[in-house]
Amino acid sequence: MVKKNVLTTRAASRRAVVQGGVGAASLVALAPLSSRSLSARARQDGACEVVFLSTQLTPIEEAEAFRSEVLAGFEGEVEFIPEDIGPFNDRITAEAEAGQGEVSLIGGQHGDFGALAERGLLMDLSDLVVDLADRGIIEAYLDLGKFGGEQQFYVPWMQATYVMAARREALDYLPEGLDEETLQTELTYDQLLEWITAINEEEGPRFGLPAGENGLLHRFFQGYGYPSFTGALNTAFTSEGAVEMWEWFRDAWAVANPQSLSYDQMAEPLQSGEVWVAWDHTARLIDAVRNNPDDFVMFPAPRGPEGLGYMPVVAGLAIPISAPNPDCARELIRYLTEPETQAKTLQQVAFFPVIEGELPGDLGEGIQKEADAVAATTSDEAALPSLLPVGLGEQGEAYNEVFRNVFQRAVIDEGDIQEALQTEAETLQQVLDAANASCWAPDPESDGVCQVG
Amino acid sequence: MKAHKLGWAPYLLLVPSLAFLAIFFAAPMVQAFGLAFQNSDGAWSTASIRTMVEDSEFWEALRMTLLLIVLVIPIQFTLAMTMALVVNAKLKGSGLWLYIFAIPLGVSELSAGIIWFAIFTERGWLNSFLEGLGIVDRPIIFLNYQQPLWILFAIVLAEAWRATSIIMIILVAGLQSIPKDYLEAADVLGATGWQKVWQVILPLLRPSIQVALILRTILAFQVFATVIALAGRGLTTLSAESYRWYGDLRDANVAAAYAALILLLSVISTLLFLWLVPANQDRVA
Repeated sequence: MVKKNVLTTRAASRRAVVQGGVGAASLVALAPLSSRSLSARARQDGACEVVFLSTQLTPIEEAEAFRSEVLAGFEGEVEFIPEDIGPFNDRITAEAEAGQGEVSLIGGQHGDFGALAERGLLMDLSDLVVDLADRGIIEAYLDLGKFGGEQQFYVPWMQATYVMAARREALDYLPEGLDEETLQTELTYDQLLEWITAINEEEGPRFGLPAGENGLLHRFFQGYGYPSFTGALNTAFTSEGAVEMWEWFRDAWAVANPQSLSYDQMAEPLQSGEVWVAWDHTARLIDAVRNNPDDFVMFPAPRGPEGLGYMPVVAGLAIPISAPNPDCARELIRYLTEPETQAKTLQQVAFFPVIEGELPGDLGEGIQKEADAVAATTSDEAALPSLLPVGLGEQGEAYNEVFRNVFQRAVIDEGDIQEALQTEAETLQQVLDAANASCWAPDPESDGVCQVG
Repeated sequence: MKAHKLGWAPYLLLVPSLAFLAIFFAAPMVQAFGLAFQNSDGAWSTASIRTMVEDSEFWEALRMTLLLIVLVIPIQFTLAMTMALVVNAKLKGSGLWLYIFAIPLGVSELSAGIIWFAIFTERGWLNSFLEGLGIVDRPIIFLNYQQPLWILFAIVLAEAWRATSIIMIILVAGLQSIPKDYLEAADVLGATGWQKVWQVILPLLRPSIQVALILRTILAFQVFATVIALAGRGLTTLSAESYRWYGDLRDANVAAAYAALILLLSVISTLLFLWLVPANQDRVA
């Protein structure tokens, strides 16, 4: 059994505060109403056909497992198309402009929907959410889907975060005072560095990071490094804490496997033994633990001077205004938020449920380990959740590129950290200006555009 | 051939392919060129070109693309020529050789990159092999960005493996169109095998060599997936930058500037080959 609410409501409620008091609007979701929930199914004559475009589950294995194990249970035909964010935006925009669409349902991260909602390209799903009241979807996530307004632009679909995994043989090199158990609650950034340095001396560079073309290394800086060392993000971009973080990272990179630059996900190098200790997205680690649960331990990311920074990822489902088949898309949303489907999604692709309550069925040892590590993260005293970049829209990748660039300049090219931060701070401000984005957690709320500090 | 009797028929037959080229190649090409000379607001400007040239990755990408071309193409030509001569020698089972040589043609660029990554990665086949033989006692990290020569070597090998067969096919076709009489005449005059290759086959093969060179060089300017698979972010090329500017940075103008540059370089190299390796037979001794 998975622990209730792996990414706890405690973390979620902090986010609700960040969202600026939209909590009241979610009262709508509590209104009891279930008689309409079957109407769509009764109305349909033939089988439902839905084209489902998604920025999530893009790795081939994930997409295939999702199609054959999760979507196969839906009464209707679903064509699931994973797509990068760029073409994803282009397609939805083009279909809306042409006034003729093929895509009925879209799936993406919270940040992927902001620009689409702003341009009025998404349908209001408020009534659907009323129908789904009995699902117990986490309130704070429903609020996120409103983008501070009244309309429900997306329905929460699944969530994930990032944790660490280590091969068992790496435990022999743990620094004094740490063991398998205390790893869950005490690991600091300094200890992690000590640990991977000790491994490097005996075994070679066995620390790994997903720094490849499609890897998620930038999330490490945004959701882990910065919050843990500075307690903030954009507002502390060039701060002393930031310099400390980059210095830490440079030392860690020196004992990391240099092949990290071509790793998109860490499951494979962990399984082959190229890497013993790694940080990555839950869905990109799960293959290793699921196949050989006894070979691995999983634990939260380390804590820094300002706390245990971590990044929850919320994915949602929305219906574009150009959808040719919105009723079927609604049916599919209903199906995907059922407890059985949520459990199956967790089992198959390691994205966690967005509904409260116990999940049916046995999850398997690998998923359980990961679920425990996630629970240990979110329930930690020092936990400091930071959202994915909010409201950046088209600028999302340019924002990520800023962190990638500092990494390139200060770490790969071994340039001066201060200088790299100063140069990129200008770009960062341009990106925030272009997106007209206010600050998001863990930065303090801002009036107007977030100011880089 | 009495061409005038054919009337409009040849032109009518050309219309579908011309229309296809106009709609799917010429028009987007003109549009892309237009995009390259506009800023993000759609006004005419050289801002996108300037952004491209001033980008920290630009010279590295250009250098790497040209370096790959200079390294890969001579290797591929030597290999392809040898393979084509083997196939054309009509040895026993030469048909089989053709099929074996052509296998990489069926493999996509990205798959080829992934295959070679599986060979060169730290726990890959090459290291297992070396360890098995006792040559190394610990796996070597070949794909290390701190030693770009190894990565370059892996990319050159992967590219050579993947795209040599297309040259071979063109050369085999060229070889088969050389009339037997010339070679028989050379035999009668007592030419050795080498002399036949140098003095008869190669000069007569000029048109095919020219086509193959042009085609291969244009494709080499577009090299992308093998580099991404083997080097990740460790190395970059012009088309990889174009992809990044469009896909990640959402700037179609700068991406188009890269595309226009690739087009320009392709045109220059084509003209260069037309001039250096003239296809007409006059020069044949």
